[in-house]
Amino acid sequence: MNTTHRTHHRPGPLTTPAYLFLLLSQNTAALILTPLVLLSALLTLIWIGLPFVILTATLLRALADSQRRTLGHLHPQGPIPSAYRPLPAGSIIRRANALITDTTTWRDILWQISALPNLLLIALPCTLLIHGTYQTLLTFTTVPLYGFYTPTTTTEHLLSLTTGLLLTTLGLYTTPKALNTYLAFNRLLLIPSEKARLTARVAHLATSRANTIDTQASEIRRIERDLHDGAQARLVALGMTLGMAEQIITHDPDTARTMLTEARETTRHALTELRDLVRGIHPPVLVERGLQGAVHALALTHPLTVHTTADLKGRPADPVESAAYFAIAELLTNTAKHSHATHAWIRINHGQGRLVITVTDNGTGNAAPAPGSGLTGITRRLDAFDGTMNLTSPPGGPTIVTLEIPCALSSPKTWPSSETD
Amino acid sequence: MRVVIAEDLALLRDGLIRLLQAHGCTVVAAVDNGPELHTALTQHRPDVAVVDVRLPPTFTDEGLQAALAARAHIPGLPILVLSQHVEQLYARELLSDATGGVGYLLKDRVFDIGQFIEAVRRVAAGGTAMDPAVISQLLARQDQSGPLAQLTPREREVLAEMAEGRSNSAIAARLYITDKAVSKHINNIFTKLDLPPSSDDSRRVLAVLAYLNGQ
Repeated sequence: MNTTHRTHHRPGPLTTPAYLFLLLSQNTAALILTPLVLLSALLTLIWIGLPFVILTATLLRALADSQRRTLGHLHPQGPIPSAYRPLPAGSIIRRANALITDTTTWRDILWQISALPNLLLIALPCTLLIHGTYQTLLTFTTVPLYGFYTPTTTTEHLLSLTTGLLLTTLGLYTTPKALNTYLAFNRLLLIPSEKARLTARVAHLATSRANTIDTQASEIRRIERDLHDGAQARLVALGMTLGMAEQIITHDPDTARTMLTEARETTRHALTELRDLVRGIHPPVLVERGLQGAVHALALTHPLTVHTTADLKGRPADPVESAAYFAIAELLTNTAKHSHATHAWIRINHGQGRLVITVTDNGTGNAAPAPGSGLTGITRRLDAFDGTMNLTSPPGGPTIVTLEIPCALSSPKTWPSSETD
Repeated sequence: MRVVIAEDLALLRDGLIRLLQAHGCTVVAAVDNGPELHTALTQHRPDVAVVDVRLPPTFTDEGLQAALAARAHIPGLPILVLSQHVEQLYARELLSDATGGVGYLLKDRVFDIGQFIEAVRRVAAGGTAMDPAVISQLLARQDQSGPLAQLTPREREVLAEMAEGRSNSAIAARLYITDKAVSKHINNIFTKLDLPPSSDDSRRVLAVLAYLNGQ
């Protein structure tokens, strides 16, 4: 699974309570899951628990992933990838088996068992803070503390105030320490082992490689068919026409002239077909002007009003450029066909080692990647570069598609100065 | 007419030299790369240059860049750009200085030798020669709404011919109508598109192209 890059933020005084609450609820949920885990373990012993295993593991994975995301936000080392082995399709036994043999499942269970100490770790400073503040504030009123204790003498008041303040200070002091300990400990539990990470990576690479080979093979078949039925056939016809014209040129120059005109037309058609074919393989303007220029050229000929902003300091590698160009072209075609939009906006940026492209339109939304659709095709093609496509298209619009492709930029090709002067 | 030719494929370069010489042009230089083209343009200051977009050493749009650079240096230097494909982007760049004396044609247009020579002469005289493919794309894009929808089919034909760069008499000959009918259509077009009337052929063409480009 690919993770989106996010910058980690140190929780401030306002966000800390929110994060603490989030961590508390995630651990409470993990605690609630304990009976289910035990039940599935027990039932598996007598073979009827396999569906339970799948259910429990799915829930546990979702919970662990949400915890990974939270930790990713808080921990200075950034996101924690989740590296589960992909589940095989097929019978329950096969799927349950894959779950049980995946070491990551067992590490998840370890994390889940740690929910109780985790809760204590987080809850202790929280309790100190809450109780301390409560007691300090109540000293100034006549409301009894927890409903039964009311300080009466000055000494009692002072004592209550002092302990209240002391506990609050202790809470303030321990909260960051407890949080840091919590982060370090849970990161250790939830970060995938190198082996699990590599296993998941290999599985992903195998799929994306198969997809790439498939896509390329079908592209080559299409090119072969286009050449065979198009330009090649036209050249044969051209040769025949020229041969016939050659034969009759002495005794019927008029017909020969007509045939030569016909031959010229055939050549023109063949050229047009070849030009379209070349455009589909690798548009010449992409070679000549790079991604920015090519997208600008595309925008100029598009039926919708397309605004382009590009900020690239150099050029991505050729295959990336090409994949990005065709993805944008496909998205614009989709927009024109389905969205009823009047305007589209394209932004091209590069940052943190990735090319980021957003295509937005003001259409009616509701776009969804159906199997075999252009959108699925884009995802498959980007997969070859570890790229991702993110689609937001609520009913009523707007549709925002974000493409991210990890890549480096080369220094821009410069127009060589004429030194021959 | 003194001509500079820039084309990296020897077969096409020789063909162009022969073709232009057969029609009374003097080829003062025939080069096969960008830097040499730049030198040839600034040294010879030809009456017209016929330039391939893609040239060595980078095999990108070196020819176009050299042509644009030379025109920045010598304003209005007549350049006819030939290419295997047409891009609105390049057409815009060539037209952006609004001085005329530019052409942008697909290489296939050389097949029709009469028309090609006419285009070369037109560009040399400070006119324009835009490929029909460029113009039809421009028209198609502006089609759905706006004043262009008010034109009659005949007026659209005249507009397309005019945008390609043809003079009144050339349009009249191609559409089999009289010169007078052509000027009437052109007047109508200028009124409908709200463009300032002009008696000068090449200025008029540039106004139409600027309008179609949405500039």
